[in-house]
Amino acid sequence: MVAAVMSAAAPGTARRRTWLTNVNAWLLLLPALVLLAAFTHYPILATLYHSFFSLGRSGPAEFVGLDNYTYMLEDDVFWQVLRNNLFFALATVPTSIALALLMAVWVDRKIAGRTFLRLAFFTPTVLPMIAVANIWLFFYTPDYGLLDQFLKSLGFSGHNWLGDPSTVMNCIAVMVVWKEAGFFMIFYLAALQTIPPELKEAAMVEGASRWYFFRRVTLPLLMPTTLFISINALINSFKLVDQLVIMTKGGPNNASSLLLYYIYEVAFTFWDTTYAATLTVTLITILAAVALTKFVYLDRRIHYQ
Amino acid sequence: MRQNHPSVETVAAWVLALLWLLPLAYSLWSAFHPAEYATRFDLTAPLTLDNFARAWRQAPFARYYLNTALLVTMVLAGQIVIATLAAYAFARFRFVGRDVLFALVLVQLMIMPDVLIVENYRVISWLNLLDTIPAIALPYMASAFGTFLLRQAFKSVPNELVEAARVEGASSFGVLWRVFVPLGKTTYIAFGLVSVSYHWNNFLWPLIVTNSVESRPLTVGLAVFGAPETGVDWSVITAATVMTMAPLLLAFLLFQRQFVQSFMRAGIR
Repeated sequence: MVAAVMSAAAPGTARRRTWLTNVNAWLLLLPALVLLAAFTHYPILATLYHSFFSLGRSGPAEFVGLDNYTYMLEDDVFWQVLRNNLFFALATVPTSIALALLMAVWVDRKIAGRTFLRLAFFTPTVLPMIAVANIWLFFYTPDYGLLDQFLKSLGFSGHNWLGDPSTVMNCIAVMVVWKEAGFFMIFYLAALQTIPPELKEAAMVEGASRWYFFRRVTLPLLMPTTLFISINALINSFKLVDQLVIMTKGGPNNASSLLLYYIYEVAFTFWDTTYAATLTVTLITILAAVALTKFVYLDRRIHYQ
Repeated sequence: MRQNHPSVETVAAWVLALLWLLPLAYSLWSAFHPAEYATRFDLTAPLTLDNFARAWRQAPFARYYLNTALLVTMVLAGQIVIATLAAYAFARFRFVGRDVLFALVLVQLMIMPDVLIVENYRVISWLNLLDTIPAIALPYMASAFGTFLLRQAFKSVPNELVEAARVEGASSFGVLWRVFVPLGKTTYIAFGLVSVSYHWNNFLWPLIVTNSVESRPLTVGLAVFGAPETGVDWSVITAATVMTMAPLLLAFLLFQRQFVQSFMRAGIR
């Protein structure tokens, strides 16, 4: 374990040292690599492998080529959950970003009760989604729930918010925006604090209005942050499905189901693991595409030196 | 000019903040009042702890707390040890295959264990670990995210400190332990808070691999307890919900600054 730190290279024993360095480094990496291989790399490859096989409920699993994929393309539910996921992303990502920006601009200034405001906006972030879903479930409960009671007091009639395919996705989207906006706010806040105050002073001297300054200076400077947040929010919209287990179970009639929730159902309710693997390949492809976009457009320029 | 009437924006900010706190405030109201006040907001309504007592009696929440505490500790301890070793190798050693291995680690940032539920279930069942706490923890033990954060921190450690420690005769483990680990303190705190929050709140994977009171974490216990078919009172369910959120929420209220900074540091990477 001696003489392994690379900064200390002496010419004489260079070869032996290189060998030792290699052994040392690989040993340090061994635990991480074993676990990653078992729970990330192998599962990704196994997902792909199993997607080409039949389930083999009666008899051994057989190679079926692209049969599972053909089945997937003809599966109406698959297309519906994909559409749902797209709608869900479009409903939650821009809204939470806009709100996050608004919150950040507010708490960045000397506003009365700044600490309290920041606390109020950020708190939903630390709550478990499952607890949040429980609370909101009661908001949306027909008749007895808070939303209906409020509407009734204004003279409107009640509505089965989560039981109606036309409102269920919006209801869940509102809840997710509530939970995520405060989290994204802190990234904007950090970015706002890096904008040099001289810029603002100069703009003031030039007589620029606050709105003009925001539109022409602040917003462009926040662009990398906006991209970063959008991508994170997009990824979240594909991997966060806890709320569905509590609130709707994907219903009514799959109106609120998302891709990962459908995978969960296919795998652990219907136990059709090969079809679940096929669906997972689709999800992995989407996530990889998003991550690569992120890498190409964002990380290379900003986050990895 | 703006200074004279900042009130419109201030009022708007306050309205939004109060709206934002409403769901939480409501859950506290309902948890601490008798069931008949669940939707009647009367300031004279009597306060009660009865809902908590009933939730505590009707489901093994003490055991769920223990399970979650064990889970969170196990994940964090494992992650920190494993990520520290890996980050040290990546930050300070030049070895064959370093870039390829680093790329392999980063794959986990892209495709998280959360979406590999089908095959991870197979692996866990092959290991004969179904329905245990290690089953929940294992897929998350090697954290690409933690490795990445620590590697960044370790890279910024000045070479002079490493040289000085080596002159004093420290081995490479000695250097890691005496120089890198102490200097990575803020990163450890940031990563620790994010990891604990994540695993305290995690739900889908624990739901899949656990099936008994002995291994279920709080979130899964709450879902089982609150399922509509159990017919439990709404106020009792909110009390259980508050119990699930309380430890993390209290920690957040006490250490607000650290939480916000940690989430930020961890997110920005």
